[in-house]
Amino acid sequence: MTQAVNALARSDAPVGRSVGKFAAMTVVVVGLAILPLLLSSYQLALATQILIFAMLAMSVDVLAGYAGRTPLCHGAIFGASTYVVIYASNEYGLPLPPALLLGVLAATALATVFALLAVRTAGVYFLLLTLALGLVIWGVCLRWTHVTGGENGLRGHLREGLFADIRLLYFVVLTVSLATYWAMHRFVSSPFGLTLRGIKDSESRMASLGYNVPLHVFVAFTVSGFFAGIAGALYAIFNNFVSPSTIALAQSVQGLLMAIVGGVGTLLGSYVGATVIILLEQFVSAYTERWLMVLGAVFVLIMIFAPEGIVGKIRALAKRSN
Amino acid sequence: MMLFQVLNGLTFAALLFVVAAGFTLIFGLLRIVNLSHGALYLFGGYIGFAVAVKTGSFILGGAAAMVAVALAGLVLDQGLLHFVKGYELRQVLLTLGVAFVLNDLALVIWGGDTFTVPTPEILQGPMNVFGVFYPKFRMFVLLVGVIVFVGLWLLLHKTRLGALIRAGVDDAETVEATGINIRLVFLATFMLGSALAGLAGLLGGAFLTLYPSADSEILVFSLAVVIIGGRGSLEGAAIGSILIGMLNTFGQVWFPELAYFVIFGPMALLLAFRPLGLFGRAA
Amino acid sequence: MNRRDFLKTSSSTAALAVGTVAMPAVLRAQAGGPIKIGLLSPLTGVLAAGGKELVEGFELWWEQKNKEVAGRKVEIVVEDDASNPDTALQKARRLVEQANVHFLIGNILANTGLAVANYVKGNGVPYFIPVIAADELTQRARLPNVLRIAGYTGSQMTRPLADWCYKQGYRKVATISQDYTYGHEMTGGFCQTFSEAGGKILQQFWHPLATADFSPYLGQLANLGADAIFAMETGADSTRFIQQYKNFGLKEKIPLVGAMNLADQSVIRTLGDEALDIVSCHSFAEGATDDGTKAFVAEYEKRYQKLPSVFGTNHYAGGMWLTEAITKIGGKVEDRDVFLKAVREVELKGSPLGPVVKMDAYGHPVYTAFIRKVAKRSDGKLWNVVVTSYPNVSQFWTYDPETYMKQPPYSRTFQGIKS
Repeated sequence: MTQAVNALARSDAPVGRSVGKFAAMTVVVVGLAILPLLLSSYQLALATQILIFAMLAMSVDVLAGYAGRTPLCHGAIFGASTYVVIYASNEYGLPLPPALLLGVLAATALATVFALLAVRTAGVYFLLLTLALGLVIWGVCLRWTHVTGGENGLRGHLREGLFADIRLLYFVVLTVSLATYWAMHRFVSSPFGLTLRGIKDSESRMASLGYNVPLHVFVAFTVSGFFAGIAGALYAIFNNFVSPSTIALAQSVQGLLMAIVGGVGTLLGSYVGATVIILLEQFVSAYTERWLMVLGAVFVLIMIFAPEGIVGKIRALAKRSN
Repeated sequence: MMLFQVLNGLTFAALLFVVAAGFTLIFGLLRIVNLSHGALYLFGGYIGFAVAVKTGSFILGGAAAMVAVALAGLVLDQGLLHFVKGYELRQVLLTLGVAFVLNDLALVIWGGDTFTVPTPEILQGPMNVFGVFYPKFRMFVLLVGVIVFVGLWLLLHKTRLGALIRAGVDDAETVEATGINIRLVFLATFMLGSALAGLAGLLGGAFLTLYPSADSEILVFSLAVVIIGGRGSLEGAAIGSILIGMLNTFGQVWFPELAYFVIFGPMALLLAFRPLGLFGRAA
Repeated sequence: MNRRDFLKTSSSTAALAVGTVAMPAVLRAQAGGPIKIGLLSPLTGVLAAGGKELVEGFELWWEQKNKEVAGRKVEIVVEDDASNPDTALQKARRLVEQANVHFLIGNILANTGLAVANYVKGNGVPYFIPVIAADELTQRARLPNVLRIAGYTGSQMTRPLADWCYKQGYRKVATISQDYTYGHEMTGGFCQTFSEAGGKILQQFWHPLATADFSPYLGQLANLGADAIFAMETGADSTRFIQQYKNFGLKEKIPLVGAMNLADQSVIRTLGDEALDIVSCHSFAEGATDDGTKAFVAEYEKRYQKLPSVFGTNHYAGGMWLTEAITKIGGKVEDRDVFLKAVREVELKGSPLGPVVKMDAYGHPVYTAFIRKVAKRSDGKLWNVVVTSYPNVSQFWTYDPETYMKQPPYSRTFQGIKS
């Protein structure tokens, strides 16, 4: 068991290198694959939701954990994809695959625009700028009533036919999620990814070494928007409904929180963070309405006691024991 | 007609200025983007409301609001922010968590009904302003905004504490190195900034009412003002408030469709191209 | 509240159970066990105050009935929709798939109702909406399992008001309204009827929800030469509008009439003289003198130390409606078709919503509409008293339903104004 933990904790060795790590991964994947046999349809829906939001959190992590820029706009990018998918399927009768593609493209395009505007800022200003940009998109969705349905949102027809069965949807989401994780892992372990980490550690050093920092941040932002778009597109099928609340600041905050709770800069942490937050909400709201207070308290406590998140803490402890 | 709308913009700007001045002082000196500033506004308003109703005195309500929120600021700074000192982003996110907690706490304590802070008799009803009939209380808010501006200006430019704050906004490390107890200066600033939010809550609670989402609304406006005006700049906060106040009022009259863009648009553009705002200084 | 215990036990059994995808309604609960009602309400968020009263009104009814009907116990599972459609959807799923409720009821905001309706469209779970007023849900987009028991549509109650205004001699009216579907529907209903009677709508103002500062609009409203102003506001916007209407000197000059929400008890109970004499129209008035209303208002005030608002009233009446329907079918709510048919056929008597209430062919009730005015009770509290009534007001007014539904739904651009 310790070997498996150590294997998980060892930071970012290329996939397939260590046997222990491979074994651990296999166990996890098999476990996830047989969940439909063990869970009720409601619990499976919850698991699907966790996987989708873990993808959103991972997209935030790519930017925050690896490029050192903390964004508060990914909820808007995520939601924009959801809007486009449902709109395209409703208005143009597009079948699912092209609608999903359109959603992902829209999200990536939006991320590109945001990236262009945000690339020269960092730290708190980056946070505030992305916050403002997210609010602009939210404002559009709220006011552009004849396209987005205004505050009534758009109701979809995507859970009929094939996806009426949550099990099929779960498998699709699981597959996409694992594929996305693999892709993101390759991305952050690549030379480009290592440069990003250098930027996170010390921007001035990287700049003086001749690296084009703004370009790297721009690419990282766009890539993260692409992944957020995938999550948003899947959410369109899962939720079958979109409204300005999908795209609101709260969504960006929650995505960021999941990444932080799990561990910024770990990718895997996003799965952990999403699971923790979503299950905590289930548990807490069975007893009280004070979920917002609990969420806020979690935020505060994490920032003080474990800003590196759960996976981050595990890795730190594992390093110490080695 | 035009004068009427100008007065609307100016009086709203005065309220924004009181909130934003506190926000920009804290942002300027302590480098903390206090995302719970809006919640402090709301809490101050509720507390001021409770005291004013109980005692029948608007002034006592104002004093209570300012003191209570200054204390809340004290707790926030010493009790929580203290632990993440030096980590800008962590501080911001921590204050976001505090904002959630305070918002929900306010709901528990006061419920979701809308409350209006009772105003003294002499401030009720309209008065004649250059031929236009305009609510007395809003003119009062304008007056308070001006007084706060003058008071803060005098504090910053004519007192030692103010000199220290201004120096700290420019370069906190050097000030610290000269042996001055910068910790106390920081704390005093945080409490002052928070007290201003509380005062604004009382004022806003009288003509804009208090309700569960007032905190996030005023926070967004404050952010816009401070971004546009520039970190730590009093003049910036004043100009920014007037700009946002006018944009908001005339935006509602001329472009009601674009209600939110009129504020967020300029804010986003400024952040992208001139992050320091109109009067901000580099860190 | 029963929610906590209930969800605790269902979570543990669900963890042990082997999952199935869609359990047929018949297997869902053994007949004879408790009837589980899923109550959705905004307990946090912008509508928290109304949401709490919604639950209070519903629970008051069931307490009076000892939490049982037709020999079966009633369990109410409450979930917070946070004034937010995504959350409403999530909680609806939880109630239906995890807590296995027999039917859903509740919500306040139209967009939360539309989201939940989209969900029950797929699985046939009955959904009752005593407060959600989105016209579409019982008109062009109606569903067989979504019924508006004890509820109203946005345009239903503003049409009698327009008729009354015209009869009062008002010929020129300007409107101001929140800019969303509910506002469009309420204002549209008023404007169409008023203009068809021969009146003129001078100008319309639309503002975003949660407008704190009405000053830009009040300046314009004062200078139009209107005989009356029609205002459609809800919640905090109502409070602020009424106060600012007074502060800017309009109250003394131009009579104010409004959508029901403007003068609802939830708004006027924290106001003073500035709210007096506002005229609105609704199927309920706290100061109405019929027995059903008086009994209900007295009970509610005794239990909660305040006068009831539309949220509590409609859900109390909703509970009454359900009891009648369920009693008639001997408690067999598992058979959805029989249950829904019984709900449609209820003739509600003795409720706070007027003498007799029954549904039209489209799943929506027909009422006696009261033109009401805000007045001061003997103990100083503000409430609505009845000025006059209009019997048999349906969601279609005097129009033929099929013809009416051919006209577009009310929106910012279509207000039914006849030029």
